[in-house]
Amino acid sequence: MYRYDSYDQSMVDARVEEFRDQVQRRLAGALTEDQFKPLRLMNGLYLQLHAYMLRVAIPYGTLSGKQMRKLGEIAAKYDRGYGHFTTRQNLQYNWIKLADAPDILAELATVEMHAIQTSGNCIRNISSDQYAGVSADEVADPRPWAELLRQWSSFHPEFTYLPRKFKIAVIASDDDRAAMRLHDIGLKLVSRDGVIGAEVYAGGGMGRTPMVAPQIRDFVPEEEIVSYLEACLRVYNRYGRRDNKYKARIKILVHEIGVENYKRQVEEEFAHMRTLGLNPPTEELDRIRAFFAPPAYETGLSEDIDRSDPAFALWVDRQVAAHKAPGHAIVNISLKPLTGIPGDASAEQIELVASLAEQYSLDELRVTHAQNLVLPHVRKADLYAIWQKLDEAGLAEANLDLITDIIACPGLDYCALANARSIPLAQKIAQRFADNERQAELGELKLKISGCINACGHHHAGHIGILGVDRKGVENFQLLLGGSGAEDASLGQITGPGFSEDGVVDAIDKVTEIYLAQRESGERFLDTYRRIGMKPFKEAIYG
Amino acid sequence: MVEFLSFRDGDSAQEPAVTVEAFTGQSNATAVRIEPGEDARELLPYLDRLSLVEVNFPGFGDGRGYSAARILRESGYRGELRAVGDVLVDQIVAMRRCGFDSFHPAKPLDDGAVERALTRYADVYQKAIDDRQPIWAKRHPETING
Amino acid sequence: MKILTGNDLVTGDVIWWAGDGWSRQVGDSADVGVHGEDLARAEEAALRVVGAYVIDATVTEEGVRPAHIKDRIRALGPTVRPDLTLKPNDADAGNWVI
Repeated sequence: MYRYDSYDQSMVDARVEEFRDQVQRRLAGALTEDQFKPLRLMNGLYLQLHAYMLRVAIPYGTLSGKQMRKLGEIAAKYDRGYGHFTTRQNLQYNWIKLADAPDILAELATVEMHAIQTSGNCIRNISSDQYAGVSADEVADPRPWAELLRQWSSFHPEFTYLPRKFKIAVIASDDDRAAMRLHDIGLKLVSRDGVIGAEVYAGGGMGRTPMVAPQIRDFVPEEEIVSYLEACLRVYNRYGRRDNKYKARIKILVHEIGVENYKRQVEEEFAHMRTLGLNPPTEELDRIRAFFAPPAYETGLSEDIDRSDPAFALWVDRQVAAHKAPGHAIVNISLKPLTGIPGDASAEQIELVASLAEQYSLDELRVTHAQNLVLPHVRKADLYAIWQKLDEAGLAEANLDLITDIIACPGLDYCALANARSIPLAQKIAQRFADNERQAELGELKLKISGCINACGHHHAGHIGILGVDRKGVENFQLLLGGSGAEDASLGQITGPGFSEDGVVDAIDKVTEIYLAQRESGERFLDTYRRIGMKPFKEAIYG
Repeated sequence: MVEFLSFRDGDSAQEPAVTVEAFTGQSNATAVRIEPGEDARELLPYLDRLSLVEVNFPGFGDGRGYSAARILRESGYRGELRAVGDVLVDQIVAMRRCGFDSFHPAKPLDDGAVERALTRYADVYQKAIDDRQPIWAKRHPETING
Repeated sequence: MKILTGNDLVTGDVIWWAGDGWSRQVGDSADVGVHGEDLARAEEAALRVVGAYVIDATVTEEGVRPAHIKDRIRALGPTVRPDLTLKPNDADAGNWVI
């Protein structure tokens, strides 16, 4: 894992003191709310429905046991004993006092964490693949690039007042576990003649105008990635729309001027920028890369797993993924208990996972955009002990990528922007489909719920998506089918008129019946939908 | 309170700045004012005779002026580059890094806040227009300095 | 009736204008008539509230009821965490929201 040096630490420490100064100016009345709002947002502090909300970055989704423990301590000390893991590898606290925020940031800084640029019209937390470094099929660990870009994007002098927020993802596998093409810029590391570089995709995103990002370059060598991204951002900063915040994301620019035109402008700017000495030397990426060198895995380990406990065996089948090192496995920890709140974890659960990471996973864990956690380096021999501890803590749900592994935004229970409540609906769906055999029968089925058009719950990218809307003061839910945030990225289509909360659960029931009736061998729900189209589903729902 | 802030040696330009359209249409003006939607590159043929470029920030959240400033400096402009309008104390450092060397904010700035802002961060992560060495250069002095 | 709500500047708590000060209980809300906006700006300037705004509400048997579900959720707390609402011991409190 990356560790701060004195430079990194001093930057984060300075940011804490700067924010403390800004909060003091606000509390003393020297700043109005209008003046303070952009300053607090730039540090992840929102005013939400019930209180202030603080969004903490978990850069590229990697953290240590000590960092995780600190997140739990903060939840217990300053919040109401829990935190919420988001779809962008961040953690949100829902009940923060303004006066406490600087102290919380100071505590985070002691474990090399921060809330820098987790909101605002700037470059946000760089996200990545939760299996980075441990999946067998990646060309390189994407996290050194993500860390290089974290530093490059932090306090960027030119790109802090962009037309709108800007999200970057970096992956290095053909399997896209980070919804890379639904980011403002997505980078996919590839190898060409033995040299690592990046394919670049630009103009993806969700929100009210979802777009899958087109490729704008098939290779940028690592030593030029910074200047290339500066070119991408400069064109956006200069020409992205500022007259309408709903049309201000880069996806609208790329769409309106055309991808070829955008590419040409970026190339012209890049030709200029590559001459300016903006790129760190290759030694810098090498320095960062050294932190992510594969750990010294124990060898000679057994591959055997004692499957005599059926509940454990089910959990292994669903939650454990293949690791590149013999005798090891990747453990996915579900934050989707059937009656729980997607992405929420109590201070005690956070502490437990921190301990498990330290004891069993080489002191490392990951958070996923699907709001789950990962222990990336587990010996197969330890799986049973881990499962027992997770089970005791209510964290042993076995539903990865199944219909009850629901992504849901906080919705109207917490969010000032929401039109409808996402969480109660997620809970109703989870209970309707709780039966293990039924979930297994349905197989991979990614269900994603957003409580408003901003799409934090990735509803456009759900095999089944749900969008909450406000219909004359009453919660109403639109149903979408056929989206994907993976390597086969696509956008869901709305089935038709919306539903009540119970109505949408019934509609999903019918949709799954059509799938089961029509599927051909080996087809996932998404595959069947793509083959047979919307019509049969629509007829079943509305007919 | 700080009404005007300059980091230049000597006096600041006094000539009133004209619009880009007026400037490119006449030959004798030496000061110009860029609005957010205007292309700083239109000025590149005239850099030699310019002594002042004002970049207007009608609202602090419109960041186009940062790119305009950098483009001018990257293209060799050496004259005064002044940020005017809704310029906030928390933005001065980034603007300095993009090449601005004077500031005329619509609302005067607090002296103490300016001082704290200018000295807050000992280092920077990126290479920009100013002469500050980025952290990556400090980490690899042999490579950077040969 | 028109009532005034916002968040406590320091704590972030949801608060309601009660006529002579702020209350955490929506039931204490006073009718602000046409003075809501002026009150909001004055109280914001006095650093007692942030993001104050005027909403419609009615008086029912159960007390003051904000017209919009969002403000009813603000008044109670998250419906999915009854333990964190202002009525943690009332299992049916969430029904009031809908």
